[in-house]
Amino acid sequence: MKQDTPPLALEVTHLTKSFNGVTAVNDISFTVSEGEIVGLLGPNGAGKTTLIQLLLGLITETSGTIHILGMDLKKDRSKILSQVNFSSSYVSMPTSLTLWENLNVFAKLYGIRDYKDQINRLLTLLEIHSLKDSLTRHLSSGQLTRLSLAKALLNTPRLLFLDEPTASLDPDMADKTRTLLKAIRDQYKITLLYTSHNMKEMQEISDRIIFLYQGKILVSGTPAAVLDHFKENSLESVFLKVARGGNAE
Amino acid sequence: MNLQRVAAMIQRHFYLYQRSPPRIMEIFFWPLMDLLVWGFITIYLQRTQLNLPRFVLFFLGALLLWDLLYRAQQGISISFLEEVWSKNLLNLFVSPLRPCEFLAALMTISVAKMLIAGLASALMAWWLYSFNVFVIGVALIPFTLNLLVMGWSIGIISMSAILRAGQQAEVLAWGLGFLIQPVSAVFYPVSVLPAWIQPVALALPSSHIFEGMRLVLETGILPYDSLIKATLLNGVIITGAIAFFYHTLRVVKDKGLLIQRGTE
Ligand SMILES: Nc1ncnc2c1ncn2[C@@H]1O[C@H](COP(=O)(O)OP(=O)(O)OP(=O)(O)O)[C@@H](O)[C@H]1O
Ligand SMILES: [Mg+2]
Repeated sequence: MKQDTPPLALEVTHLTKSFNGVTAVNDISFTVSEGEIVGLLGPNGAGKTTLIQLLLGLITETSGTIHILGMDLKKDRSKILSQVNFSSSYVSMPTSLTLWENLNVFAKLYGIRDYKDQINRLLTLLEIHSLKDSLTRHLSSGQLTRLSLAKALLNTPRLLFLDEPTASLDPDMADKTRTLLKAIRDQYKITLLYTSHNMKEMQEISDRIIFLYQGKILVSGTPAAVLDHFKENSLESVFLKVARGGNAE
Repeated sequence: MNLQRVAAMIQRHFYLYQRSPPRIMEIFFWPLMDLLVWGFITIYLQRTQLNLPRFVLFFLGALLLWDLLYRAQQGISISFLEEVWSKNLLNLFVSPLRPCEFLAALMTISVAKMLIAGLASALMAWWLYSFNVFVIGVALIPFTLNLLVMGWSIGIISMSAILRAGQQAEVLAWGLGFLIQPVSAVFYPVSVLPAWIQPVALALPSSHIFEGMRLVLETGILPYDSLIKATLLNGVIITGAIAFFYHTLRVVKDKGLLIQRGTE
């Protein structure tokens, strides 16, 4: 292993996706190193969700290539999927199963060996262990988010995609979830690519921010570098500047 | 094909049924209602001197076999809808579960649903009308297998249509089976149908199965001819249905519809 350049978790080259006429992702290239936390920022319709779906192989690209953990997504999708995971506020889980049953099913789908230990560990980490025999339908949205995160960590993913994980959470829960994400990062040394409309969150936990606008990368760098680039003092003002002023730079 | 993943999907549905009395009730409710209505109709017709040969036998036999087909279909399409309704589709599609494993799990669930409902209906028919479906004899086995495979095909086709078109196509999960019932010669021979639609009926495995069933009940002769036709047609239809499913997956991934199906 080279010492100066850590191995790449993700390598995207000239990725484009058009939906008859609408170019949602427009010739994007970027890389993410292992262990890096990258926040995808951008106004509604910028292409964040489309990009994440492309990276998971849920959408077929119009052109370009995607390499994940050194493998080609086109050729090795199922091998890649066993080492990555995904969660979002817009997915849920069967509500008539208990938390334990739901995680049990996914643990088997991911072929986790010591799945009982792993499930217990995650339920404890996410502070929902006391609910393990409750029906999923009885969870609050914050608890459901935690269950979703537990599912997303079952296979100890090397790369985790989160699409608006903290949407629909109240500020207190969102704050707790952020703390949790940081704990997960520190404990699992995970590579994380996530989206959020919460600027504070982005600034707090991202090593790097990729600012998407109309399907293109407007700027990419550490939160400080992004602020510097736009000569603003908060990501929120950067966001407003871009969203209102169009492609300001 | 990874059997552990297939088993995980089956277990997921086992958990669901275990916790859902309405879903279990549903398996028994409709066959029972059908049996009550049709059973009494046939008894009534018999009493009104319309001395049709083996009328009860034909009707109840047809009813029980039709229900096998319907259950097999629902085992696929409703199980798929459960994933849509619970917004779980994306979780499955980003897991290592492969489409063929997903299909294998749905097919297994479909077998289980069909057998449970079939046995329950057979018992009810015996108890209510002293009708023993096993008088059909050994032919019951190839009949059942053919109805199962045809049910799978219809289930997979309706599932693909729902993937492609979304909620507006959900009604197909229940309706597609009934759409083909009139041309499946379930309760009457193909010859009763208008000439122009008879080719459609003969292209369906189901019409051969029900014609064959009537022949067995009437003459006791094993209808090899019907069985072979049904089996060959089923081979074509299930292959087509699976190909259609894979094709739909490609289209849906190209149009970016998976996320909509998984979250609408
Ligand atoms: N399946 C689709 N068919 C057609 N157009 C689509 C499809 N999915 C996304 N789009 C379009 O692509 C663009 C990017 O959408 P996307 O959902 O990726 O944005 P986003 O950055 O995630 O926005 P948000 O912040 O609202 O979640 C939008 O203009 C959207 O209308
Ligand atoms: Mg989005």
